[in-house]
This record gives sequence, C-alpha cells and structure tokens, in this order.
Amino acid sequence: MNTHEKNLGQLAAPDIDSIPDLLAQAGIPTQELPDLKGSARCFLIDAGLWGSVAAMMAKNSMRWCAVWGEHCLPEIYVTAAFAARNGHLLFRAIVADDQGELPSQTPFFPAANRPERYLQEMFGIRFTNHPDPRRWMRHQAWNENQYPLRKDFPRAGTPLEETPPDSDYPFIPAEGQGVYEIPVGPVHAGIIESGHFRFQAMGEDILSLEEHLGYVHKGIEKCAEGRDVEGLARLAARVSGDSTVGHAWAACQACEYAVGITIPQRALVIRAILAESERIANHLGDIGACCNDVGFTFAQIQFSRLRELWQRQNAAVFGHRLLMDVVVPGGVSRDILAAQESLLRKGIETLHRELETLLPLLYENPSLQDRLRTTGVLSPAKARERGVLGYIARASGESWDLRRDAPYTPYQRKAITVPCYTEGDCRRRVQVRGDEILVSLNLLVTLLSDLPSGEVVKTLPPVTRDCSGVGFIEGWRGEIIVYVHLEAGGRVARYFPRDPSWLNWPGLEEMIGGVIVPDFPVCNKSVNGSYSGHDL
Amino acid sequence: MFSILRKIVKTGHLTEKLPTHDRAVAQLSTTCQTEIMRVFGKSLSIRMVDAGSCNGCELEMNALNNSFYDIERFGIHFVASPRHADLLLVTGPVSRHMQAALKRTYDAMPAPKLVIAMGDCGADGGEFGVSYASCGAVANVIPVDAVIRGCPPTPVQLLQGILELLQRF
Repeated sequence: MNTHEKNLGQLAAPDIDSIPDLLAQAGIPTQELPDLKGSARCFLIDAGLWGSVAAMMAKNSMRWCAVWGEHCLPEIYVTAAFAARNGHLLFRAIVADDQGELPSQTPFFPAANRPERYLQEMFGIRFTNHPDPRRWMRHQAWNENQYPLRKDFPRAGTPLEETPPDSDYPFIPAEGQGVYEIPVGPVHAGIIESGHFRFQAMGEDILSLEEHLGYVHKGIEKCAEGRDVEGLARLAARVSGDSTVGHAWAACQACEYAVGITIPQRALVIRAILAESERIANHLGDIGACCNDVGFTFAQIQFSRLRELWQRQNAAVFGHRLLMDVVVPGGVSRDILAAQESLLRKGIETLHRELETLLPLLYENPSLQDRLRTTGVLSPAKARERGVLGYIARASGESWDLRRDAPYTPYQRKAITVPCYTEGDCRRRVQVRGDEILVSLNLLVTLLSDLPSGEVVKTLPPVTRDCSGVGFIEGWRGEIIVYVHLEAGGRVARYFPRDPSWLNWPGLEEMIGGVIVPDFPVCNKSVNGSYSGHDL
Repeated sequence: MFSILRKIVKTGHLTEKLPTHDRAVAQLSTTCQTEIMRVFGKSLSIRMVDAGSCNGCELEMNALNNSFYDIERFGIHFVASPRHADLLLVTGPVSRHMQAALKRTYDAMPAPKLVIAMGDCGADGGEFGVSYASCGAVANVIPVDAVIRGCPPTPVQLLQGILELLQRF
C-alpha cells in the first residue's frame, strides 16, 4: 500500500487541547458549555464574532464540518463544528428568531456555503457577507417566508394540492460562441437517485457543472421531532440507505451521550463489525460501477458478484441484506452466535482471497487505467478548500479518518491504516476503496477475535430532564455528525444528521471542469454522493 | 488478458433458478416468460423513478442485474426513457419536490402502462409519512397497479412482485 505519511490535511491541524489558548490569544471571549454531551468540546460565543471565529479556525488549518440550528423560542441556537487533528470543536451562538443574523463563515470556508443557505431557508436567519444569495433546498413546496424547522411551523405545512416544478432556479450561465447547456435530471437515465445537473459545455469539454439538489427532500428533521429514541434510530437508519449502519450508530451514540449511558462492550464491537461490513459492501459495488462507466464490464460482473455474496452473508448473520435496524439505542438488536461467527470468518477469508487476484487485475490493466488516470482531478488544494471527506479526500491528499484521529470505542488501540494519495483522479478514488476494503477485512478479523462476552443491549434510563449529545462516526463515505436533543420524557426535540455528502457534492463540481461530457458518469460514480443524505 | 479470461472461466455460470423452496415462486419462474410474451409481446421494459427514497430500494433494484438474478434472462430491461417503458417502478415516499417530475414521467409513458410502488415508503409513506415535504404513498400522486412491500424488498421479492402483477392480465 502506497501510504504517504506526510499528508496535508489532518497533520496540519492543531491539537484540540491547544484551541482554548488560541482563542484567548485571538481575543475571542468564550464560555465552555458543558451541556452538549459527547467527545467534542463546546464553546458559547457572541453572535457578532461568528465570522471572526471562522477566520481564526481557517488560519489554524482547522477543518469546517457542519452548521445546524435549533429553534428554542424566542431564540435560535446555531452550532458549528470544526475538526482539529484529534477531535472536534463546537461553537454555539444564540440569535433572536425575529430577524436574527450572523456573519457568514463561507468567506473563510467555502464548505459552509450550502449549509448556511439551508439554515437560512429552514430557520429564517440571515447570513451577512454570504457570497451566494440564492436559495438552496427550497423549491416550490413552501414559500420564502415560511421556515419549516421553526417550532411554530406545523409538520403538515400548507402545501398546494400539486407542487409546481422548480423550473426557474437561477443557474449561473456561461456565455460565448459555441457554448451550450445540458440539463440532466431530476429523473436520470439509470437506477439512481433524483437530482439535477446543469452542464455548460463547449464541444465535448465541460466548462462547468452546477448541481441543483433538494429533489428528494422529505422533511427528515421535522419528521424526527416528537419520536422516542427507538423511532429516531429507525428514521436515522433511513437517512441514506447505503449508510444505514453509520447513521443509526451516530444517532444512537448522540442519544447515549445525552442520557449518559455506557453501553455493553460487546454491542460496540458488533457495531464496528456492522460498520466495516457496510464499508466493504459499498466499496465493492462502487469499484464495479466505476469500471463499468468506462466500459470495463468484467469488473462490474465480478464486483457485483462479490457484493451480492457479501449481502447474503449480511442476511445470514444479521438478518438483513443492508443491515438495517440492527443498531438500536443501547446496543444492537442481534448477537453474533458461534455458527454465525464462523460464517463471517469464512466470508472474510474468501473475499480476501478473491481480491488478491482481482484488485491487481484492475490496477494493472492498461486500458482501464488509461481511462481512469487523470480523469476528474480534484487537486489537494481544492480538496482542502472544500473540506471533502472519506475516499474523495484520501485520494486528494487529505487524510482524515475518525477511527484513527479521534477514535471511539472499539477503535482505540487498533492499528488503522488510512490510504492516502495525492493525484486526486478517478483511478485513486477507485484504489482508495480497494485499499480500504483490505484494511476493513483485517479489522474484522481483529474485532471478531476481540469480541467480549456479555449483553448486547442495555435499556436507556428514563429521560428526566432536557439533554443533548453530538455523535461522530466514520461512515463508509466519511465523517457523519449527528446532533440530538431529547426533552424530559424522552421525546426528540431536534435531530440533525450531517451526511458527508454535504461536503462531497461540491467536490464533484470542482473536478469536472475540462472533463469531457462522456466521462461525467465515471466521475460522478467515483464520488457517489448520497442525494437522500444531503436532501434530508 | 489471460488472467482476465482465466478468472471468467473459473467464475463460471452463477445465475440461479428462482428459489425452489417456495413453490409459488418456482412456478412463476416457469411461467414468467410466457406471461411476458402474452402481455407485452416480447419483453418488459421498466423505467424506475426515485421519488424520494433513501436509496436502499435502488441498491436492491441494481442487484437484480447481477449474475445471480440476471433479470434480463426473463426479457426484463431497465430503460432510460419513460417513452420506451411498459412499467413504472417507483421508490420512496413521493417528495413534494418530485411530484411534478413523477407525474410527467408517468404521462410520458405510452399506454397501456403499469405502475408498481416499491418498498414500504412507496406503499404508505413508510417512516416519512405525509408532511410539508412529502406526499406519502405513490398512490397519492399517480394510479398504482401493485405494491411490493419491504424495507427494502429483496431482489427475489421484487422479481416475485413484478411477475405476480403480470399474471393478473
């Protein structure tokens, strides 16, 4: 494995414990908030300093992760997350729900662009100095003076019988002789999710790509309000079907932090086995699909075969081909019995053997490599600027992986190799996946050997007062962040899941300039953003 | 090149008969091609639309194309345009943002046409239900001929649901 130790991203960021001093030196008064439970440190700051904090974070090579809001009448709590080398930092500012405004963080972190626009249209907070005044998630199902995530907005809303199509989104046009526009979607040609791509092209070359998402926005966050924790876990498992383990784990972790419960060790190890299994299944599917998009069907046939076998193993061991609803609050819903353990071990061994033959076949096939090499390049500088995550980041020199950098149980004291390359092309995004499968297979063997005995689920104690927690999980696409606020009585007051796709979609736009139109599918597949995970 | 050919030969033929433990399904397997011949002439063309799914249904739909299920052996194809389609396979609760696109796709199909709502969300809105952002069940937006439940339905359940619908005609 060709691993570059001197990576640009994670090692450049400061230690989490140096942050309070850095803030003090910059003259930013903070107050540490103890009530947001979890592994991150949280500071309350003055709303007016929202932009200055971002500037300071950018200067110190921190990574921008997320921003979310919560309506606590008559105020809106806004929280932003940043990553240091070895952990996360949260900043919270409080603004009035009536004409509240905050300085935008987008000038310092382009990654904040869409999340801030989303916050603006869901809560009615204005971001000053934001470079893009256009709406983002809102199409025509509600109007610009309605804010669906405010507490006074009813879940049913006031929709028309027929929601009109969103035909006037103001795309940025390209001008000049011979320039033409290609609209694609929301209904695509294959078996994929719905979204719109607008290409500006000249001849075969794409000048620019602009994404217009939000088509599959189904109100997940609003839908979570008032649920119990079990109901929340079921919903979280369906934020993005391919990341059902990652999202359910992150949501359960946030709930468990909030109520202050330690769950059985065996359950945590099983959760990790599920998460690695999910990573392997998705990477297998993606490797085949990327090769298929450049006409190498041999790989598609072989890798879809391996994926199918892996999914059947999931069903035999955990009762579900995609592993849905196995992660539950307090632990997992299924134990691994001795017979299933040997089935898993056999499956791991078989896949390992298959990949020993198959991966070199792909890496050494000149006509395949010729199509993937230098196609869809995301430079390390752009990758950092956009804050992309997971395999996209690792193909472009940004090596972040929470399992290694800010390990949660049971990943502590596990040797986790994080593949990292700097070319940032489709070839590397395929190869990172191949490398990661091998790492995960080795991890699975270790996890199975370490499997402690005991219970696999513990009942959550009754929730007697307001509590909240933030969960961080390395999903197969990258870092997943979840905020959960439970009211006394145990009902969900607020659920916010940040899928890595929020940060990875803009990465696709960045890599597409100069790519020929027929190469868009392979670039898109190599990114494989989740529409559902983004649109919520 | 030789290593690729060797791997292909060694992998062999994987396509499975439909599960024989379930007699009803096994019977479907034998009758399905005659059914498709009878109802649609030669083949069945499916256009899928994700109207708001979590993408779980799409993963299982894609699996129908792998060597084990090889749905094309029954003359069933997924097509790129609704104008080529006999059957519309819809996943997800219908998000309000997809309502017009789904209707337009349905209208673009030539008659006679069939619609299947796939998954618990397509059946009744599933975990997401009806809200400011979701119309819920597919039947709330376009006429539905059959529902295939499951979260998501497995490839076999999906195939079984399609074949059962064909037998009704």
